[in-house]
Amino acid sequence: MAMTWVWTGMVVLSLLFGLMNGTLDAVASAAMDGAQSAVELSISMAGILCLWSGVMEVMHVCGLSDGLARAFRPLLRRLMPQASRDSETLAAVSANLSANFLGLGNAATPLGIQAARRMARGCGGIASDELCLLVVLNTASIQLLPTTVASVRAAAGCETPFDILPAVWVSSILSVCAGLLMARLLAAVGRRRP
Amino acid sequence: MSLSSLVIPVLLAGVAVCGLGHRADVYGALTHGAEEGLTVLLRVVPALVGLLTAVSMFRASGAMDDLSSLCAPVLERLGIPPEATPLMLIRPVSGSGALAVATELMTTHGPDSFVGRVAAVMLGSTETTFYTIAVYYGSAGIIRTRHTIPAAITADLTGFFASALAVRLFFGGT
Repeated sequence: MAMTWVWTGMVVLSLLFGLMNGTLDAVASAAMDGAQSAVELSISMAGILCLWSGVMEVMHVCGLSDGLARAFRPLLRRLMPQASRDSETLAAVSANLSANFLGLGNAATPLGIQAARRMARGCGGIASDELCLLVVLNTASIQLLPTTVASVRAAAGCETPFDILPAVWVSSILSVCAGLLMARLLAAVGRRRP
Repeated sequence: MSLSSLVIPVLLAGVAVCGLGHRADVYGALTHGAEEGLTVLLRVVPALVGLLTAVSMFRASGAMDDLSSLCAPVLERLGIPPEATPLMLIRPVSGSGALAVATELMTTHGPDSFVGRVAAVMLGSTETTFYTIAVYYGSAGIIRTRHTIPAAITADLTGFFASALAVRLFFGGT
């Protein structure tokens, strides 16, 4: 429903601004061009997107996901000591994070939901501190190779679509850390003022 | 030969050899993954058609420039290009919407321009926050989300700010 409002709002505002600024001709042709460029773009990014999705899948069958999940465990034990007592929850959370890391969104979401359901048991619909952490980790992106972004860059005519990787990593790390710190801080404030 | 042209062939070969070492069906996994990529694309194309139409109209009418210049005084102080305003507004709400806006920014300003790079990094380093929260808490039966939303928004805002900072750090630019 939210997107209905966004879309209608944008189209109506375009009409009003077009009338106001006298740019209505441009608006009309932009509507046609926009629809066409969406399909052109999708076709020109299809090859790269499929190739990298394939490579990520090979990394997955290589056991990289399992290795990553193992590597995440000590960190998760410190971040979520309560949830980590249940080995199945810990396994689901670490697999969720490693799938996110490899950009396998279709694999990550069911694992994360499984973990969230286990963590939500018996807390009467109120999110625990650790469940908040899990969701915040999932709302922040931690992706090794942002393949969709690279495909769009390549489709837009960029010769080195992956040269933004270091910038993406730095930005992701800062964003995740800020989210985790804020979650910790607010959890502590909440405890003091019940 | 530059270092970056070494990365992709080495990565492809390395992953294949590693898979072979694990006695995995490398080619089967590759094609299966590529199929996944196609389903991602198939899901995103209809949304992209709708949204790129709206975004193109929005830019052509001049509304995009007005919106950007409205937020410019604050954003410029933070080093964020004001052109990225629509992207930051739509990013937490809609993944395909953000993809459409970022694509439009990259094609209009060029993928290697400052604005184009910042848009790419923003798209790559943040997630569709409200969608994720809805999916997780909806399926776990959580009603009181407590401090999840403020913490997630903090992460998003930091990501936006850090994107501009990181692009300036690695590529220079104004």
